Amino acid sequence: MSGSHIYIELKQTHPIPLDVSLDCGPAEILVIVGPSGSGKTTILRSVSGLYTPETGYVCCNGAQWLDTGAKINLPAQQRRIGMVFQHYALFPHKTALQNIMLPLTRVNGGQKQFIAENLLNTMNMEGLGDRYPHQLSGGQQQRVALARALARDPEVLLLDEPFSAVDQQTRRKLTRELVSLRRHFSLPVIHVTHDLNEARRIADKICIIHHGKTLQIDSPDQVMNYPHDADVANLVGHYNIFTGAILRHDHDTKETHIKWNEHSLKTRYRPELEPQTEIDWVIPSENIILHRHDKPSQGERENPVKGRIDEFIPLGETTSITIAVDPGHLVYMSVSTHVARRNNLAEGGDITVSLLAEGIHLMKKPTHKRD
Amino acid sequence: MDWQALKVSLYLAGLTAVVLTPIGILTARKLAWSQFPGRNLVQALIALPLILPPTVLGFYLLVILGGHSIIGRLYEDMAGNSLVFSFEGILVASILFNVPFAVQPIQRGFESIPVNVREAAWCSGLSTWQTFWKIELPLAWPGVVSAAILTVAHTLGEFGVVLMVGGNLTGETRTIAIAIYDRVQAFDNASAATMSAVLLVVSFSAITLIYFLTDRLGKQRVW
Repeated sequence: MSGSHIYIELKQTHPIPLDVSLDCGPAEILVIVGPSGSGKTTILRSVSGLYTPETGYVCCNGAQWLDTGAKINLPAQQRRIGMVFQHYALFPHKTALQNIMLPLTRVNGGQKQFIAENLLNTMNMEGLGDRYPHQLSGGQQQRVALARALARDPEVLLLDEPFSAVDQQTRRKLTRELVSLRRHFSLPVIHVTHDLNEARRIADKICIIHHGKTLQIDSPDQVMNYPHDADVANLVGHYNIFTGAILRHDHDTKETHIKWNEHSLKTRYRPELEPQTEIDWVIPSENIILHRHDKPSQGERENPVKGRIDEFIPLGETTSITIAVDPGHLVYMSVSTHVARRNNLAEGGDITVSLLAEGIHLMKKPTHKRD
Repeated sequence: MDWQALKVSLYLAGLTAVVLTPIGILTARKLAWSQFPGRNLVQALIALPLILPPTVLGFYLLVILGGHSIIGRLYEDMAGNSLVFSFEGILVASILFNVPFAVQPIQRGFESIPVNVREAAWCSGLSTWQTFWKIELPLAWPGVVSAAILTVAHTLGEFGVVLMVGGNLTGETRTIAIAIYDRVQAFDNASAATMSAVLLVVSFSAITLIYFLTDRLGKQRVW
């Protein structure tokens, strides 16, 4: 199995809007993340040939699978794909081994069993080949589905929310196995999920999708810490997203100053943004530090902001705090519960925090309005 | 006990099932998965014999297949005998009358297969034909078996249509159900009782078999 590469371009307005352009290389895991109904599954189905978009182009290893312009549209049978469905879709009347043997249409009898057993062993499923799907646990069914997908010797592996039907513990184990598998098979892997944590754990590249449109494709770290715009920031789970305007750039100290309501904040240096430009900005809550009565610290001079505690929710080790800064502006942070207790924090009380300049990420306003 | 009538009945039932099952499979598969204009009309037409009095169906068949109709004359020219009041005639009637019993259980069988399972077969490289043989038909099998058993049982018990189209000719169109009626008319209650008991046992066994089969096969499913 040599390294293959897949390019995907899809555009359609109806019935599900799509506007995506993706590529995935050998042994690369591309995770498509988006809320339900965002068109993730439709992308996978377009790649596999189960769905035909209005206009589209899918090319794998130089072979054109779909080119609506040239009226090329190979059926699923002629695309070398390995597909794992959300609920596995195993053949219930066939044993695990028979499930895996079925795609081996071009292999002769004896070889078939040998290959299928090998695949089953690769999935740590020794001795379970004679079981029927209903006699297997969710995790085991998932492994059989993966083995069946790989049996066809695919050029790309497509996974549609493969871990959604198993418990948390099994999910972790399966994600680890998947990461090691792709090294073994050197395939492009396109994985669809709505679970951002799952995506961060396994992705080489994350594609954030919303209403069928690609908002950002980047490494997990980039997507989390440097979202392109407020939509992405929102989709990757940031709470502290605000609007402001560029005041000035300090070229000596390499800092940018922005105006946020009545506050002036220092931020990461972004000289390419013109003064007066309206921007969105985001600060991950780990970059907000509490001014402690008991132990004043270094960072306190940085962007101090006063407010009132609007909501105070102890969650075991940490406590989640919502601060009303200016009317209508809520800042979310979390502190260790023992720190909250020692500083007598409580709902309705006053609080002062610092917004660390290095943690403030500025984002251009979207050029066109998204719904 | 009219053994000849039982033979006619079994022969009729067997042939009806043999002809109707493949037709049922194709029709049911189409109805289960395809949306086409007039789909509901077709379904209504298929279900019609369930509620139509057998005499009504019998009457129309007499009109359509009789010596005055085109079909009737054409058949008579070719076969040399009339289609009505013959075994072939009641076979045609029986096939038409059993369509709902053959189609509906198979349709339920196909409908119970999740679309993902068929898609998984296509994604595994199986052609439409291979998917049909290796995946769809085995999974719809309880429905197919039910349909065949129901068709056989229902044909054995059919009375009105057969009487209308076939009459009561020994060894040709006199089925066991008609023989029972015939015996009662002749005050031969002993024969009627024996034959009724035979039909009762056969029908009850058939229905029981269907329940056992669908129950056992149904347990394999994971969805």
